[in-house]
Amino acid sequence: MSLIGKIVTIYGNMVTAEVDGAIRQNAVAYCKRSDGVRLMSEIIRIRGNRADMQVFELTRGLKAGDEVEITDELLSLELGPGLLGQIYDGLQNPLPLLARKVGRFLDPGHYLPALDRAKKWEFTPVAKVGETVRAATNLGKVPEGIFDHFLMAPFDLAGDWKIKSIKPAGSYTIEEEIAVLEKDGQTRSVNMIQRWPVRIPLGFFETRLLPTTPLVTKQRIIDTFFPIMLGGTYCIPGPFGAGKTVLQQITSRHAEIDIVIVAACGERAGEVVETLREFPHLTDPRTGKTLMERTIIICNTSSMPVAARESSVYTAVTMGEYYRQLGLNVLLLADSTSRWAQALREMSGRLEEIPGEEAFPAYLESSIARFYERGGIVKLPDGRIASLTIGGTVSPAGGNFEEPVTQGTLKVVGAFLGLSYARSYARRFPAIDPLESWSKYKGLIDPQKVAWAHSFLKKGKSIYEMMQVVGEEGTAIEDFIVYLKSELLDTVYLQQNSFDDVDAACPPPRQKKLFEMVCEVLAFPFSFPDKEAARDLFFTLTERFRTWNYTPWDTPALAQAEAKIRECLTTGAAQPKEASHA
Amino acid sequence: MRKYYNRIDRIAGNVATLKATNVAYEELAEIEGKAGKSFAQVIRVDGDDVSLQIFSGTRGVSTGDRVSFLGSSMRFSFSDNLLGRIFTGGGEPRDGRTALTDNLVMVGGPAVNPAVRLMPHRMIPTNIPMIDVFNTLVEGQKLPIFSIPGEPYNELLARIALQAEADVIILGGMGLKYDEYLYFKNRLEEGGAMSRSILFIHTASDPVVECLQTPDIALTVAEKFAVQGKRVLVLLTDMTSFANAMKEIAITMEQIPSNRGFPGDLYSQLAARYEKAVVFEDAGSVTIMAVTTMPGDDVTHPVPDNTGYITEGQFYVKGGVIEPFGSLSRLKQLVNGKTRDDHRAIMDGCIQLYAKCRETREKRAMGFEMSSWDHKLLKYGEAFEARIMDLSLNIPLFDALNMCWNILAESFEPRETGIRSNLTEKYWPKKA
Repeated sequence: MSLIGKIVTIYGNMVTAEVDGAIRQNAVAYCKRSDGVRLMSEIIRIRGNRADMQVFELTRGLKAGDEVEITDELLSLELGPGLLGQIYDGLQNPLPLLARKVGRFLDPGHYLPALDRAKKWEFTPVAKVGETVRAATNLGKVPEGIFDHFLMAPFDLAGDWKIKSIKPAGSYTIEEEIAVLEKDGQTRSVNMIQRWPVRIPLGFFETRLLPTTPLVTKQRIIDTFFPIMLGGTYCIPGPFGAGKTVLQQITSRHAEIDIVIVAACGERAGEVVETLREFPHLTDPRTGKTLMERTIIICNTSSMPVAARESSVYTAVTMGEYYRQLGLNVLLLADSTSRWAQALREMSGRLEEIPGEEAFPAYLESSIARFYERGGIVKLPDGRIASLTIGGTVSPAGGNFEEPVTQGTLKVVGAFLGLSYARSYARRFPAIDPLESWSKYKGLIDPQKVAWAHSFLKKGKSIYEMMQVVGEEGTAIEDFIVYLKSELLDTVYLQQNSFDDVDAACPPPRQKKLFEMVCEVLAFPFSFPDKEAARDLFFTLTERFRTWNYTPWDTPALAQAEAKIRECLTTGAAQPKEASHA
Repeated sequence: MRKYYNRIDRIAGNVATLKATNVAYEELAEIEGKAGKSFAQVIRVDGDDVSLQIFSGTRGVSTGDRVSFLGSSMRFSFSDNLLGRIFTGGGEPRDGRTALTDNLVMVGGPAVNPAVRLMPHRMIPTNIPMIDVFNTLVEGQKLPIFSIPGEPYNELLARIALQAEADVIILGGMGLKYDEYLYFKNRLEEGGAMSRSILFIHTASDPVVECLQTPDIALTVAEKFAVQGKRVLVLLTDMTSFANAMKEIAITMEQIPSNRGFPGDLYSQLAARYEKAVVFEDAGSVTIMAVTTMPGDDVTHPVPDNTGYITEGQFYVKGGVIEPFGSLSRLKQLVNGKTRDDHRAIMDGCIQLYAKCRETREKRAMGFEMSSWDHKLLKYGEAFEARIMDLSLNIPLFDALNMCWNILAESFEPRETGIRSNLTEKYWPKKA
């Protein structure tokens, strides 16, 4: 099936080959170095008999005249049981296995099968001989971790087929035949492995639904103020040092979701290492298993070849779509989409395309839109609801949100969690800017109440700015109280201490309770003799709310902490307390 | 039976183009003519047209110069004999001693597999309190020093080289003034650290292309030592020169610039170097500290901006000190819980009080009345600046922590510091 061409030009990771015959856009090709090493590549442009390819490896050592083997297959993934808990590079090479086989360094030209060929899976058939099936009809299932991993009729099946035979329950490897299908005298053998091209959305469902179920992240500022939905999309832009990656890590830990796919795309290796060394030791409170068992890491860090970085986000989203097809709720965290956009820019530059803004290619925006549109909540043919939520970080140059990647992303996402350096600098974590961010979704708490609480933040900020000019003396006490209320809301509700075991994850009932209590304070008609007394009371309130935040749920101590907070309200006046020099 | 080419078609910038066959991408070539002998690297192959980046520049190169290809990409000799040596940015001896030719290794190899990396977990003591106490350097970290020309960042690097605990110290100088090079050399020799150091120095008068190679050679050598189990500290200065050299070459190659003339792959290129910082699972480590001067003190300039996204924190050297605000070692949390139980509390407490001192100074400058608390803060601030922020200090961590306690005790009562009472009871200096 494959053609042989010859290399003509080499420039960075772009290689052009001359070839006679039919060439398929986005097909996989292999550049053969004279020492026999084959470098995986993808065809990205065809002009006459010249094919331009992006090479997924260092091109060092290639020569003009070297052979290129051009296949007919698009860049595809291997899908099946055994993906969970794995760490892959952008081309689905299992990295731990690669380290064992090849050593410490990612020498070019080594490709290993993504799924374990030797492992046996406990198969149970769910379809019967004689039944009619189409692409993605469930044939059987195997347990993978805590999930039923359904095995489906091949995705590339055209039309209606009949099951000619199906294996009885038992243990099989992924390569063993589990069923035979027939149509018009043709037969087709089916095993547990599916292949799917990464650049084509994978989805066999009846309808797409509107995202209406909140995805609980246990971060108050997100769940209450800027909610995200199962099947929704969101982005987290922020300058360096504002805590994008930390926020992604917190989300991947605490989100109430079946499966988390972490796509570390062009970011530090160190951050992936943190996930991969810590997750196997952290327990998922929902299942009691380790977090690693619900996680897949796609890791193409900044020093790995840039072309593979471009494809890695597609690798990740395709796996997400696959698990959605199995009936699960999946969260894809892409960190960072800016690095992916830069990879696009690098290739575009090499292709000598006419550049758009900041030298990004003109198709940047539509590429971003296509990527986020692959998320969504769907009704599967068998009636189950499943979802793929996509959250991407954006690293805008100079922290300026006007740049093309941020702007292109804002148009297509449902929630915008903008991080601010000022908040991070002031140690207000998570550093999501409550005045810049927005969400189009409806969260856990009545939107009207949320908007009312949010109005305090706005008022508080303008009063604070006023105070900078006229000083505390020139501010009316009523305004000063509003300012103190907004600070309280910020400190005890928006901010969360990710190092504290209790405060790190705030489940919905707790959020609702806390929100009610904070609203009570916001609505309370305080009267103070002077500003010092007001400041003192709010200082005490803040301390007591903090104590409440650090006290475990359903303990007597929590009720005590609540009583302490209410004490402040019943007196309504300043509490005696030790001197402070705040 | 080496094949020689005698016809260069085009010379522009540092790049020469000629017709040649059977040439590999990134292969090394040798060019010889009246201008002398120089190495060159293949940076583009287009059919028979081969573009060479000439290390010593194209000044005086003739189209009739003799070119031959060496059959491999750039390599460098690696052995313990490197210790104590000084090389140019291109890897030629600068110390007048013989060139090394044994055990050649490829420069700029593939990335480390993330699966064999360990989380950084050991601190590197530097005996500089502003680093050890407040922004602890961690083995395997990559940390830039953001500064402005004229600030003593090179003095700081030299001090770190002398005082930091590391098996091997590699200094990569890019675009250094000649006297800066001599300064480093003299400091290391006087401090007795030369025997564990290797210097790769590209001075401002050297060819631009060598500037590009400096970090690659330095980091290749560092990586090899780390694989042998050594703890290597790589000091680079100044990465902005490196980025500018890259810009120069990119423009010569007619690449479309993305931001202020820098090539679109600036992030990837910088990351490829910084990501050499590593802690291996069963071997040594590479730690990188790199000076990045900010043109016009502008942190949104593409070089510091991209660097900030790549590295794990940053030090700002401004006004002769490491600026306590904005400077951040993102990995310090991984180690400073294990040093002494008062480390984190001192780190937070001292900086918060110093922040308040700065606010008080602003108040004073605006003519507000000073309370007794303000006077305490002012007194504390001066002591803190003089005795802790001074970059020429050389005191171990525990002594530095004790010194912080002393300074606090001179100005405050224990409860005024905001530090937990169990710590103040334990460490508060007893009045003599």
